[in-house]
Amino acid sequence: MTVRLPALKSHRDDPDGPLLQRVRAGDEQAFITLVHRYRPTMLRLAEGYVPNQAVAEEVVQETWMGFLRGLHRFEGRSSVRTWLFSILVNRARSAGARERRTLAIGDLEPAVDGARFDTGGHWTVPPQPWTDLVDDRLTAERMAGHVRAALGDLPGRQREVVTLRDIEGLSSQEVCSVLEITEANQRVLLHRGRSRLRQLLESEFGRA
Amino acid sequence: MMALLHRRSREVVCQQAVELVTDYLDGALSRPARRRLERHLRGCPHCTEYFAQVRATIAMTGRITPDDLSPQMRDEFVDLYLRWREGEGSA
Repeated sequence: MTVRLPALKSHRDDPDGPLLQRVRAGDEQAFITLVHRYRPTMLRLAEGYVPNQAVAEEVVQETWMGFLRGLHRFEGRSSVRTWLFSILVNRARSAGARERRTLAIGDLEPAVDGARFDTGGHWTVPPQPWTDLVDDRLTAERMAGHVRAALGDLPGRQREVVTLRDIEGLSSQEVCSVLEITEANQRVLLHRGRSRLRQLLESEFGRA
Repeated sequence: MMALLHRRSREVVCQQAVELVTDYLDGALSRPARRRLERHLRGCPHCTEYFAQVRATIAMTGRITPDDLSPQMRDEFVDLYLRWREGEGSA
């Protein structure tokens, strides 16, 4: 398995660097902290490749074993999480009963329903403002619940890219190397995913 | 007239603007394309609102926190780790 990972400018750029040192030194609490931090994302990624949740759980478990076994070889040329997610995607791919699904790049679903524009491309049903409502903590929590659910309903590759970019905060370059997709595909998937989530929030706020 | 038409055809309309938001936020637009988009945004409150909503959506997504590990799973992972540590020690 050789995966080219984008290089870090420095060790100190990696927020997980200190934890990794503690894991190496034998601190199980540090390991649990890492598991806690990355398991949900790993599950979401794995689910995109394998037939069911049980297999996804297995893949995640195997990934952590692989992570521990590879610890002494890890030189910190990429960030810990990029390395971790790469191990996961490789395992999930080999565990996946179905082949890597084709990228839904040909999917020309627009960001906004075309019926909301006139023939000149100008809004006829413009977006109703709602961003101010997010300042309210309770509303924000409720909406975060909707986003979480909607994220689960996104097509696999969109969900993966949105999870890695917007939840984990990976760079587009890191996402491309973890998922082995091109920069252009990455951006299309991100765009479709984010557009759908925005649409969902607009509908939810409109209902409230 | 021709010049006006030409300029108009290069202008971004709303339906195009909403497809450019991700490229824009990632800094992936060419400089002229970015300028055309920004010019459109300055004159279009709806698209400005739309872009604000996409930013807010990204912020909301970023707020999703990991689910807590169940005590049972936590034990399983501690176990996994301890076995690894023992293996390392004996290696």
